[in-house]
Amino acid sequence: MIILEQILNGVQFGLTLFLMSAGLTLIFGIMGVINLAHGSLYMIGAYAAALTAVRTGSVWLALVGGLAAAALGGIVIEFAVVRRLYARNHLDQVLATFALVLIINQGANMLLGRQPLFVAMPPALSGSVTLLPGLTYPVYRLLVIAVGATVAAGLFAMIHGTRIGMLVRAGATHRQMVRALGVNVALLYTAVFGIGALLAGLAGVIAGPITSVQVGMGEQVLILAFVVVVIGGLGSVRGAFFGAIAAGLVDTLSRAFLPTLFRQIMDGSNADALASGMSAISIYLLMALVLLMRSQDLLAEKS
Amino acid sequence: MKSFNVAAMAVLAVQAAWAAPASAQDEVKIGVITSLSGPGGYLGQDIRDGIALAVQLGGGKLGGVPVQTIVEDDGAKPGQGKQIVDRLLKNDKVKIFTGIVFSNVAGATVPDVLDAGAFYVSPNAGPSTFAGKECHPNYFVVSWQNDSLHESAGQLANQLGYKSVYLVAANYQAGKDALEGFKRFYKGKVAGESFTRLDQTDFAAEFAQIRAAGPEAVFQFEPGGLGIAFLRQYQQAGLTDKIPMVVAAPSLDAVTLSVVGDAALGVNVTSHWNSDFDNPANKAFVAAWEQAYHRPATYYASQGYDTAMAIGAALKGVGGKLDDANAFRQAMMKADFQSVRGSFKFGPNRHPVQDWYALKVEKGADGKLALVTKSKILSDHGDAYAKECKF
Repeated sequence: MIILEQILNGVQFGLTLFLMSAGLTLIFGIMGVINLAHGSLYMIGAYAAALTAVRTGSVWLALVGGLAAAALGGIVIEFAVVRRLYARNHLDQVLATFALVLIINQGANMLLGRQPLFVAMPPALSGSVTLLPGLTYPVYRLLVIAVGATVAAGLFAMIHGTRIGMLVRAGATHRQMVRALGVNVALLYTAVFGIGALLAGLAGVIAGPITSVQVGMGEQVLILAFVVVVIGGLGSVRGAFFGAIAAGLVDTLSRAFLPTLFRQIMDGSNADALASGMSAISIYLLMALVLLMRSQDLLAEKS
Repeated sequence: MKSFNVAAMAVLAVQAAWAAPASAQDEVKIGVITSLSGPGGYLGQDIRDGIALAVQLGGGKLGGVPVQTIVEDDGAKPGQGKQIVDRLLKNDKVKIFTGIVFSNVAGATVPDVLDAGAFYVSPNAGPSTFAGKECHPNYFVVSWQNDSLHESAGQLANQLGYKSVYLVAANYQAGKDALEGFKRFYKGKVAGESFTRLDQTDFAAEFAQIRAAGPEAVFQFEPGGLGIAFLRQYQQAGLTDKIPMVVAAPSLDAVTLSVVGDAALGVNVTSHWNSDFDNPANKAFVAAWEQAYHRPATYYASQGYDTAMAIGAALKGVGGKLDDANAFRQAMMKADFQSVRGSFKFGPNRHPVQDWYALKVEKGADGKLALVTKSKILSDHGDAYAKECKF
């Protein structure tokens, strides 16, 4: 039972990572922009949802508020800053978007203070349900899994079944050709950036009741999201999905089971310390392995 | 929220205005290096504001000596702290430093301060690495030695009669000190231990382990935002009512409490200070704090305030002259100030000897959650490293 519960935990963690990394990989794959400010959009989503929830008391308005703020933030960032960076090299992009991170964090500090915000869990979602005898699971986490899976399915359908998805796919592999065919690339880029921002905002809204809504919360997940993007291959949403699930499972399962495993071969306290160290680096180990084994693929997709 | 910041800025501005008329030679510069940005920024903010409050109440002076505080943000990054120290030492000729929140920043920054012959007075971090053999005559800690926070929690777990406890801590120096400290005093069985990453936001895996181990209580050290996430998820996992929690002050301060709400109800906390302490110095401090900042005082605020008062007492002792380092050291050691926590003195390794109390999160008459002081659990408690310290 505990194994099943931990797998659920891993999938849930992976799906939240997916929401972040899907946007990141789209933006990188199609526009060739490394966007460090993606974590700030996550934070904007979480803050906007928290503030709307406090003002209106409505869960739905909070959801809408969070998504709208993040998408709007994304479009403003694209229009004001990122648009000027497409032709520049990655170092310039990192510099400019990192500056955005600092500005947005400091802005949030000045406007909203440094104290974390309280986000109430909707009462209907705060309990646990018994899935199987001996396996109870928080309702909210089940909802996170459902939302993540729905978004993933929706994104697949969009990318493989719609015209904008076709352009996105084409843009990821043959950018010059898309432009030569007369597609309004600027509009496409803004749309993709907006979708990415929306997903980051959704991740932020969802994270609100679970973690603490505070300045700098975005940077914590951003690093993991980048790892997922690398594991899944740059520019591939499907890769990001499997990468995120793999990362979520590896992280959760190693945190859960390495201590027991190590305790078989050494005494308790040392085993716990070593296992914690190992599980902390497990995602990065996974990334290193993937890079070693798939280095050609990754380069091929990038060029 | 905005008005708080305006109030804080006003205090700083007032402080600057007071400091301005005195000539530069008379002012003692105090370097306040603290973590203002990033998660945990509120910890540094409260320490900074606690120090500012002491200066403000003293009319721009500490112990009757005009002071100028130079506040810098280390962003909770050890490298950044090191750079700031370098700049303040060389450019501003600062002789007294304080402010650092996190033990890992202190680990990188404090040695530079001491090597340059300056003083460091800690308002928060008290890592074991500087408390024993590596103690230094110019290094004073006003808050606590890291372990002793958790020794008191271990003692409380004994008193509450918990026979087995599961331990969870963030994986860094202070987290290791926490488990060491807890286990030093806790007599029962350790049902299991987990270390979590400092950037971890999801604790579901640890909770499943806890449930499987089935301990009588859980002890956790997850400071700041980590603790908020931990407590909320603990409640969502349905553990709050089943397995009680014993923590030390950093895992549940007044800010955490206001953010986690009912998830904190019934948690047992140990601390060296609480806002309801009944002594004149504390009553004056809490009233002045709430008037100046319009938010509840955290223990970080009390430590910032006490640190400024301790520095003030020493400045008074040497008449504001820092040329004779030995005289300043002796003046510091006297700790001739009224601590808001009640009894306070420095031990042989210049870390505090103080009392520890059991607190509990309860619902007040107004329906709001508050930390309520229950009983004293340790008296005149020093730390385990003092005996290794030889000057």
